[in-house]
Amino acid sequence: MYSEVTQSDIDYVKKIVGSENVFIAEEISEDFCRDELAGLKKSPEMLVDVSSAEEVSAIMKYAYERKIPVVPRGSGTGLVGGSVAIHGGIMLNLSGMNNIIELDEENLTLTVEPGVLLMELSKYVEERDLFYPPDPGEKSATIGGNISTNAGGMRAVKYGVTRDYVRGLEVVMPNGDIVELGSKVVKNSSGYSLKDLIIGGEGTLGIVTKAILKLLPLPKKAISLLIPFPTLEMAIETVPLIIKSKIIPTAIEYMVRDVILSSEEFLGKTFPDKSADAYLLLKFDGNSTEEIEAAYDKVAQICLGAGAYDVLISNTAEREESIWSARGAFLEAIKASTTEMDECDVVVPRNRIAEFVKFSDSLQDKYNIRIRSFGHAGDGNLHIYILKDDLDEEEWKKRLGQVFEAMYSKSKELGGKVSGEHGIGFAKIPYLKESMGEAGMQLLKSIKAAFDPLFILNPGKIC
Amino acid sequence: MTLKIAACIKQVPDVTEVKIDPETNTLIREGVDAITNPLDLYAVEEAIAITRNNDAESCAMCMGPEQALDSVREAMAMGIDKGVLISDRAFAGSDTWATSFILARAVKKLGADLVICGKQATDGDTAQVGPGIAAHLNWAQACYVSKVLNITQEEVTVERLLDYGREVITLKLPAVITVIKELNNPRLTRFFKLLESFEKPVEKWGAAELEIDANNCGLSGSPTKVNRIFAPPSRNKATLIKGENAREKAQNIADIIAGI
Ligand SMILES: Cc1cc2nc3c(=O)[nH]c(=O)nc-3n(C[C@H](O)[C@H](O)[C@H](O)COP(=O)(O)OP(=O)(O)OC[C@H]3O[C@@H](n4cnc5c(N)ncnc54)[C@H](O)[C@@H]3O)c2cc1C
Repeated sequence: MYSEVTQSDIDYVKKIVGSENVFIAEEISEDFCRDELAGLKKSPEMLVDVSSAEEVSAIMKYAYERKIPVVPRGSGTGLVGGSVAIHGGIMLNLSGMNNIIELDEENLTLTVEPGVLLMELSKYVEERDLFYPPDPGEKSATIGGNISTNAGGMRAVKYGVTRDYVRGLEVVMPNGDIVELGSKVVKNSSGYSLKDLIIGGEGTLGIVTKAILKLLPLPKKAISLLIPFPTLEMAIETVPLIIKSKIIPTAIEYMVRDVILSSEEFLGKTFPDKSADAYLLLKFDGNSTEEIEAAYDKVAQICLGAGAYDVLISNTAEREESIWSARGAFLEAIKASTTEMDECDVVVPRNRIAEFVKFSDSLQDKYNIRIRSFGHAGDGNLHIYILKDDLDEEEWKKRLGQVFEAMYSKSKELGGKVSGEHGIGFAKIPYLKESMGEAGMQLLKSIKAAFDPLFILNPGKIC
Repeated sequence: MTLKIAACIKQVPDVTEVKIDPETNTLIREGVDAITNPLDLYAVEEAIAITRNNDAESCAMCMGPEQALDSVREAMAMGIDKGVLISDRAFAGSDTWATSFILARAVKKLGADLVICGKQATDGDTAQVGPGIAAHLNWAQACYVSKVLNITQEEVTVERLLDYGREVITLKLPAVITVIKELNNPRLTRFFKLLESFEKPVEKWGAAELEIDANNCGLSGSPTKVNRIFAPPSRNKATLIKGENAREKAQNIADIIAGI
């Protein structure tokens, strides 16, 4: 099927990028054999640090002729095995292509190479009073990875996801062609939106080598509300009421005490309040204190009416830091509390979240396994973690399978989707199949074949 | 007897927002919100914490114009028992001498046993007002407090953070301490208490209530003359100890220690 990498392939690629940028066998660090999804490990045969679209193009052209699989790689923080070279072959490390190319203040766009890290990008624009709203938890991910997974994050409630901020892309096709999709334009009805297929394409359709991103003016003020509730159910049932009130917070997150305690332990920092079993965490942004106060006053009343104990206001940089750094560490903290875990990143209509959370909670007893969750309550995207603890491998796989099966079919029943923001990659293919059905999967495969007739780009992912 | 703990708070411009006007090279203060001096929230937190574990009652005292009432309310919404706004036209233009004089009078009027101030305010950055209050009252004082270890009816034991280490000292009450960020985590403002604070009266003390005559406050009571403002040279120059590996770095550290 695929060709193995030979010495002459290695020599050829070395000529393109220089031998110091090519790594084979034990020169390849273990980091490049996996992403943040536990349990999937496989080394590429050749790892290449690339530095330009031309290099990527030359390598793709060669791999296409030789039928060698190629996997594009950002920071490797993905959670579904998307950037793991499950068929071996060549891994292209794009993280060295990390220049910010142009800030166009007249069009409010920023043009970047794919290896720019999210944290560098937001720092760069915020120093200039501009704002790139997508805010996924892992700030050391690359923008190329964010685009390829259509990363979401906490601000999605108000500002949407990565897709909403990509105006144009430069993409290297599987056969090595370099194409420009979209541009700085605000509107575009010029045929199929190929750019939007690349976004969320998880590196299976093309390799992003440049991106034009849309920016907004930076909101001047932000405050957060931490709202303690007697139960998780009461907390989550309040979310549709907030949304119905037509006030749009920047973020609505939910969390339970247990996860807060794990994160305190993990970070060695105290969280401002842990008197209640469950919390909603809301953020508001705007340009004046008055504007924000008016919004949060109304929401505070709604929460109190729905049974919240109180509403705690975080209005200083130090308080914001202590709350949001804890929130940012939840995933790592839960991970540190167990031996191994797997994740369900479903998204359901926002008025069904409570039902889904209750359901997944009930699976703990049914399958006798520890389950923890937190998530983007405001956009219906849940992160539910199934924890291995001291189960043996066989029992773990069995119970995990059963729990996943139950969750994904429940999500489908509620009108939900398999992944809200982490993607399908390798790990979620069976559930995507179930959710899309035969006709849907066929359509995905035809699109894949149109971009990549030889199936050499990131094979074994999505479809 | 119930201990009376006073937290002194100041309203300052939100410096995170202050921008330089590129044309004139001056600060743009227009439309900049006022906030409670961030360090003072640590004083407020400590005052509240003390009331939770002792027979004590807390009071927030804020000197400033009418709008500084917001800061008093914020402290009350965190859990401070009583708020006092120290405000008078005659107080405008007070320097650190006059300000600490006025505050000292207020402390006296309140009958405070312990006064807690933030180490310094982000606008003036002088760090003089806390010690000034102690000086005017001839009370014991400790600055840069990083921990309040124990408090009784007669004395308070604190840890101070100094340039070259930490110092634990016990002060006879009444006393003044100024505090740093390491001290605690200021609790969040509570919405219920914020609503409540609008119901509770906040006392307002002016020159008459404090029996201060015009010569001791405001511009005429302020001996400070500002000649020049400049950034002080940084005192703590950190050196990065380099080395190829841990062994080499350790050797370099050892060499430095041997040379001291
Ligand atoms: C602690 C933690 C928190 C997280 N929080 C969030 C969150 O809140 N929201 C969210 O959406 N995700 C989150 N993630 C998941 C992850 O950070 C995102 O999926 C991120 O977009 C991956 O970026 P990366 O650079 O690490 O990409 P990688 O993991 O390297 O790759 C991800 C996928 O994109 C492809 N790819 C990478 N670069 C390119 C390119 N230039 N061209 C084409 N394809 C490419 C890869 O082949 C792979 O399929 C979190 C992860 C962790 C570990």
